[in-house]
Amino acid sequence: MSDGFIELRNIRKVFSGVVALDAMSLVIKPGEIHCLAGENGSGKSTVIKIMSGVYQPDGGEMLIDGKPVPGMTPIGAIAHGVQVIYQDFSLFGNLTVAENLAMNVHLGEKRRLMNWRRTRAIAREAVDRLGVELDLDAEVASLPTAGKQLVAIARALMSDARLIIMDEPTTALTRKEVETLFRIVRDIQARGIAILFVSHKMREMLEISERITVIRNGRKVAEGPTGDFDEASITRHMTGSDILSEPYVWTPPPGPPPVPRLEIRGLTVPGKCERLSLAIRPGEIVGLSGLLGSGRTDLALALFGMVPRYEGEILIDGAPVRMRSTQEAIDAGIAYVPEDRLTEGLFLPQSIKRNMLATSYERLARKLVIDRDRAEEMTQGMVRAMQIATPTAEKPVMQLSGGNQQRVVLARWLLTDARVLILNGPTVGVDVGSKAEIHAKIRELAQHHGLAVLMISDDVPELVQNCNRIVLMHRGRFIEDLPAADVTEETVSDRLKTFT
Amino acid sequence: MKAQMNIRSLVNRDNNIVQLLVMTVLIFAVMTALSPDKFLRYYNFESITYIFPELGLLSIAMMIAMLTGGIDLSVVGVANLSGILAGVLFHKMAGAAGIADTGILTVLLGGVIALGTGLVAGTVNGLLITRMGITPILATLGTGQVFTGLAIVLTGGPAIVGFPTAWAFLGNGKILGLATPFVLFAAIAALIAFMLTRTALGINLMLIGTNPKAALFAGLKRERMVLYSYMLTGVLASVAGIILSGRTNAAKSDYGNSYLLQAVLIAVLGGTNPAGGRGTVLGITIAVVALMLLSSGFQILRFSNHLIDFIWGAFLLLVIVINAYKNRTR
Amino acid sequence: MALLRRSETVIAGILLLAMVLIGTINPAFWQLDNLFSLMRSNVIIGIMALGVLLVLISGGIDVSFPAFAVAAMYLTIKGMLALGYNGVVLPLLAATLMGLLLGAVNGFFVYKFRMIPLIVTLGTSAMVRGFLLGVVGTSMININKMPTALIDFARTDVISVTKADGTTYGLTAMVLIYLGLAVAMHLVLRYTMIGRSAYALGGDPEAARRAGFDLRKTIFFIYCVAGALAGFAGLLHSGMIWLANPRDFVGLELDVIAAVVLGGASIFGGRGSVLGTMLGVFMLVMVKNSLIIMKVDTTWQLVAVGLIVIVATALSAWRDRRRMA
Repeated sequence: MSDGFIELRNIRKVFSGVVALDAMSLVIKPGEIHCLAGENGSGKSTVIKIMSGVYQPDGGEMLIDGKPVPGMTPIGAIAHGVQVIYQDFSLFGNLTVAENLAMNVHLGEKRRLMNWRRTRAIAREAVDRLGVELDLDAEVASLPTAGKQLVAIARALMSDARLIIMDEPTTALTRKEVETLFRIVRDIQARGIAILFVSHKMREMLEISERITVIRNGRKVAEGPTGDFDEASITRHMTGSDILSEPYVWTPPPGPPPVPRLEIRGLTVPGKCERLSLAIRPGEIVGLSGLLGSGRTDLALALFGMVPRYEGEILIDGAPVRMRSTQEAIDAGIAYVPEDRLTEGLFLPQSIKRNMLATSYERLARKLVIDRDRAEEMTQGMVRAMQIATPTAEKPVMQLSGGNQQRVVLARWLLTDARVLILNGPTVGVDVGSKAEIHAKIRELAQHHGLAVLMISDDVPELVQNCNRIVLMHRGRFIEDLPAADVTEETVSDRLKTFT
Repeated sequence: MKAQMNIRSLVNRDNNIVQLLVMTVLIFAVMTALSPDKFLRYYNFESITYIFPELGLLSIAMMIAMLTGGIDLSVVGVANLSGILAGVLFHKMAGAAGIADTGILTVLLGGVIALGTGLVAGTVNGLLITRMGITPILATLGTGQVFTGLAIVLTGGPAIVGFPTAWAFLGNGKILGLATPFVLFAAIAALIAFMLTRTALGINLMLIGTNPKAALFAGLKRERMVLYSYMLTGVLASVAGIILSGRTNAAKSDYGNSYLLQAVLIAVLGGTNPAGGRGTVLGITIAVVALMLLSSGFQILRFSNHLIDFIWGAFLLLVIVINAYKNRTR
Repeated sequence: MALLRRSETVIAGILLLAMVLIGTINPAFWQLDNLFSLMRSNVIIGIMALGVLLVLISGGIDVSFPAFAVAAMYLTIKGMLALGYNGVVLPLLAATLMGLLLGAVNGFFVYKFRMIPLIVTLGTSAMVRGFLLGVVGTSMININKMPTALIDFARTDVISVTKADGTTYGLTAMVLIYLGLAVAMHLVLRYTMIGRSAYALGGDPEAARRAGFDLRKTIFFIYCVAGALAGFAGLLHSGMIWLANPRDFVGLELDVIAAVVLGGASIFGGRGSVLGTMLGVFMLVMVKNSLIIMKVDTTWQLVAVGLIVIVATALSAWRDRRRMA
């Protein structure tokens, strides 16, 4: 009945009482480029692991070439031609490209001795098959991310693959490298091999894929040819949000124009950003977006004192500040909520309280000893204000959901009397309810507390709804600075598409 | 109702402490059973209170280094060097009356020198680790060698024998009926426990050990805090050295070689995570007492020191196995 | 160009420089009998270093090898005396086997319980030394009682030179054994899958697991070989110094690990070569030797070596950090 190469039908998967997948269906036709779109925590990785035989479904079935394949194992998946390229590539950085490529062959043949000539021959063939230039003797660790990805793809093609699954392939790639990747992907497709991109980076996915399936909360919520979607509609399917709230409006206060809370003049980070100038006044929420490699995160890091060398000026409330360390940035009133909260933002095994107070301990301990009452007061106050769903603040923060975790990180910075709030991907991997509340909180901070907010995001609807200005960045330069009232999600998406 | 819940949550959270207490009681029971008349004597326990503090301090020092994911293999070297430097001073300043009657001012000076040694040593370690980026294992292995070497240079080889009476009091005397070392240890342990839980430095150290990257993003002064922690470790080691030289009335360059292994063992047994982020003074204290009871019991059974070393090593491996099973079931 | 950038070349260069420096300060350095003596001193530490290299490559650390060496040595000699056996091959085999079994204990704990190798080997080291001194005995066995065959074997020279005054000195044949083992280790590391698996394990343990390496085989192989080499070296050592001292080798861990790290192995695992290790060992031995030649007080030796180790590890740390960046 199915004309697909591989099909998941009503897959259900439960982990210790938590439903990861519920009635998930997906069809991949032979030789097609398919994209599975979903946020972090939507169940994407579980889908990959089921397709590659690492997990077995608790309900539903998987079919290959129309025939059900119960009890799939990793080796079985490879035998059926399913190859997965994980985000970390699973390569050995300390070994050469040649050795990495030939490794599976050697292990598969259960050889005892290492034949270097044969290794080179195997590697050369794999690289030629891919049609790229790779230095076989280079240490994999010395390659840029794009190079490592090529090695991983070359390795995947060595067995008779019929489907290559790529998990978040475009993270950490430059625009040029993405183009190279897409060229290779089209070459692979021409050989009849299907490719499944699993990603939440919509902009690039729309370029390359032919069909899209959107997953949210463990089930399929949309599916169809790529032409039927655009960035905004996919994002809305992924997040499940509708335009409920009014767009954010900022009105200048009466009287002379206020001194910008945050201003940058000619900011240059060598190799990343060039002569950026921007002014954010108290109460403004300025959105920042751009393609990969546009330099937006570097800008944020420079503002937070994490870039050792930069040129240009940074002014807070009109006074120039030299950002040489995070300490100086924090003292100047800058707060930064990083992209990856799990590795950069949180101390997972530590309590909610400690995570919240992490930046404030020095202030709480002015007289050497931490003022416990005040600490408790601050914590409880924030738990209430941020509506963090937890019975106690002593619980380890790793037990919280993504949305609540993000609130904890936000709370930490709110306790520092910040004047400038820089958010990088503030609602990535956060459930819909939390998203709306976090947005409301950010607006409140800007409007009622006069914070200057810089919101970096790939979520166009999020930017259009919550910012009063949107700045687009490309290759280290600001390209547009648009009032949000003048744009719609479509116009922003289109404008971004014109970037090459 | 609330009180009950608090106790239950305390027990669940400090599972490790409860297990340690159970283990201590078990050891006590077994040793008593093996040599009832000799083990249960007051004199036995009293001598334990004289001996365990120096090891306890070294273990606390080890724990502090482990909090940030590091380790300090130079603590014994620092302890010995501190004692030796004080001894050298005392012998130099010995008046006609002899060393035993050295004036209180000189004794204080000796104390300052000893503690200063620990501070300097800890600073050196801290700088090598934070400024030069040397991994703690290699850095402290190297500095430990240097400190021990300096100790050999200063003594020419044999021990420095003979310390002032006032100094010996620190190792042998009694305050309010309790052994002086014990009182010192209790005071210092309480201070450290306080620091770890109630000061910014203490909590920041735990955070740095848990996730150094997030610590950076949270604006914690990582390098400075780690430097302070190694300085503290050095000072604690020198206090251990003071007590040691006071107790034995001698300072040697190679005393307490087995203390290093024991300190690591006690730190790990006491619930410290060698990868960083977790450790309590209470856990260390119970662990050191438990192992001292074990040691003492075996000594009473006429086990040689070497055999006791064997048992410590076996115990470390046992702790590893138990920890592995605990982690697996979690 | 690539040759120049390899760390072995850099170390060789530094070594050459150091030799020239020392030779200028004290020309006695260049005399043949000193060089022969230098090479002789390399043998035991070098053999042990080969085992430590293997462990370091796999991402672990081993501090138990001195204890294993002395235990294998003492037990074998005692056994020979008790049985009245006087030979070479069998005792060496026995010592190697003892080291191998002790190494297997390390491997067991590292593999089964996934515990940090530093702590595991600290434990086994204490156990072995404690057992040896506590149960077997603490008495030294000196030349009067030492088995003669072993001593004669260790005395063989590969080159013999007679000085003007009639005394002879020579290059011990033990150097050949060292070189042979080094070549063997190199071949294993480079041309066998189990050697490559050590590199893979040190490079990325998770990827190694996923790729399908039999990590149980790898880990046991590594620690057993390290133990075996230690046992072998221990017995050979007693033959070379005509003494079996159960308290020997204390503090050797630092020297050997430092030499291996100095020779280019990364303390984080995944990198290292036999050539580099041999150069590192040579450097270390040479420094110790030259301190004696330069008439530095023996009491300062520990300090000097410690300082050099610190400098060397600082350089290695700088090099490792550049790699990671």
